[in-house]
Amino acid sequence: MTSIDLTAPRDQPHWLDVASRYRVALTLAFLVIFPWITPYEALAVNILVLGLYALGFNLVFGYTGLLSFGHAAFLGTGAYGCGIAIVSYKIGWFGAILIGTASATLLGVVMGFLAIRTRGIYFAMVTLALSMCVYYAFYQMQSLTGGENGLRGVNLQTISVLGVSLPFINPTVKYYVILAFVAVAIWLFSRILASPFGAVLEAIRENEERARACGYDVARTKLVAFIISGAFCGLAGALNAIHLSIVPIETLHYTTSGQVVMMSLLGGMGTFFGPFVGAAAFLLIEDVLAMLTSHWQLFVGIIFIVFVLFFPRGIWGSLLQWAERK
Amino acid sequence: MSGIGLELLALQLVTGVALGAIYVLLALGLSLIFGLLNVVNFAHGAFFMVGAYVGVFLFGLTGNFWVSLVLTPLGVGAIGLAVERVLLRPLYGRGIDYPLLLTFGLSYVFIETIRILFGLTGMRFPTPPELRGAVNIGIGFFPLYRLFLIGITAVIVFALWYFIERTRYGLIIRAGARDPEIVRVLGIDVSKIWLLVFGIGTGIAGLSGVLAAPLQGITPEMGVPVLAEAFVVTVVGGMGSLAGAVIAGLLVGIVVSMTSLFAPEMAKVSIFILMALVLLVRPRGLLGRAGALG
Repeated sequence: MTSIDLTAPRDQPHWLDVASRYRVALTLAFLVIFPWITPYEALAVNILVLGLYALGFNLVFGYTGLLSFGHAAFLGTGAYGCGIAIVSYKIGWFGAILIGTASATLLGVVMGFLAIRTRGIYFAMVTLALSMCVYYAFYQMQSLTGGENGLRGVNLQTISVLGVSLPFINPTVKYYVILAFVAVAIWLFSRILASPFGAVLEAIRENEERARACGYDVARTKLVAFIISGAFCGLAGALNAIHLSIVPIETLHYTTSGQVVMMSLLGGMGTFFGPFVGAAAFLLIEDVLAMLTSHWQLFVGIIFIVFVLFFPRGIWGSLLQWAERK
Repeated sequence: MSGIGLELLALQLVTGVALGAIYVLLALGLSLIFGLLNVVNFAHGAFFMVGAYVGVFLFGLTGNFWVSLVLTPLGVGAIGLAVERVLLRPLYGRGIDYPLLLTFGLSYVFIETIRILFGLTGMRFPTPPELRGAVNIGIGFFPLYRLFLIGITAVIVFALWYFIERTRYGLIIRAGARDPEIVRVLGIDVSKIWLLVFGIGTGIAGLSGVLAAPLQGITPEMGVPVLAEAFVVTVVGGMGSLAGAVIAGLLVGIVVSMTSLFAPEMAKVSIFILMALVLLVRPRGLLGRAGALG
């Protein structure tokens, strides 16, 4: 501005602040039209589910500053909980999703209780080790989990919603059914971030000592954040189980935890929409590279290293920073 | 329990110590790097795997196990030096998560590079002829190669202890772990110490890879589960404590071999339960101190 306009309201909100206020509506609006701009609908469902996984992970990594390498345990327990409820106990799809989410939440309590006792850098190692314990435990319980072969037969041909039968096998129906769950999760997530609890999380990330000195119970706040994050990832796992109709044992392996770390960093940690951008980027990179070469993991590793070194804010974070400067 | 005699128990104990020897070497490297650089090396399992492949390659080239045993840690350590200098150094001071994330990405690069160079399927690494067979150790016959593992680990542990506790360079390393600022003020180039320590730590990881190769055969993915096990040992022993790494490594080895005897289905889970117990009682690990080399 060259001249000062006295009639203009002072502190006119930056358009980014306005967008941030309506972040839930904007994110949902994007996700509603999303399947129409992806090459095929199964990819859209993958991005949606893994985006939710990354969203839940972002609560501890992006907002609390805790690097967990054990979130595969939540995705896997949610998936197995939901799958086993359907396959072995013939429970309805909705109840099964709740069971999956609840079992992951419960696991979050146990893992969190053990891992929060350690400080700083230990956290990544301990969560990784604890998640591998879950991996081997599920691996051994063959009669229930299918062991090495994974859990098969989580087939849902049709699902009934309030008495209406929907063909779940249709990818478009599947996308919007799953989106309904993701939408509730996104709204809830936004409310958590906007709450005083969310503010304490960010205070811990910025300066743990100071948050403690201000009288906040840092250990308990971290534990609660870890459990909530586990619940979101468990829901993602349960949705993934009915989406793929199989739960591979690799879901629980720590390499799956590594994937969500990669997605978060690619998208932009500590940003609201970043996890979905990260999931989309990761799956697109994987898709495109796998078509070109069987050694795509080499390039995934290199891309990740480049982001760590030069773009630690990730794609969405860098875009936001660029938009703020303008 | 009448079926299991005292001799069998004793033999299983020694087997556990031999298995623990590999864990000790892995945890020593991890702990050394963490104690000084404050870096959790997520590529440690990948360095272990690269060590096994470099070992096979050099063994094939020279036909001599001993030459390969000496050159492999040097080769892998040299890779470690390059990684520290080029990739890790720009990240110091940017938060402890970034080096960790970088080494995680690096492990993908290492695994895939080995797949490109040596193929997707695994290889066998024959036990060198001098070390085949078994010897009577008083309680029964025990594989010679596993005895050799225990011996060489003892030598490495002693050498490392002597280097760190009794030499001028070790003094600088210990000082650098305690207070890098002061060491820098005294006119010592701390970044050279960090470089050296990362090289030593990864070199030991490479050595443990070539030592483990005859026991299990080698695949590009062999380092993946090893990383989790090495973390368990480091957490049990206490991060940054070398004595803790030795004790915890042996303890974990013995726990694995004992559970494989009494409850084979629990063998994989047992060490994680051990870790959970230690975390409940002593969250810092058995001999853990914050930061400095203990």
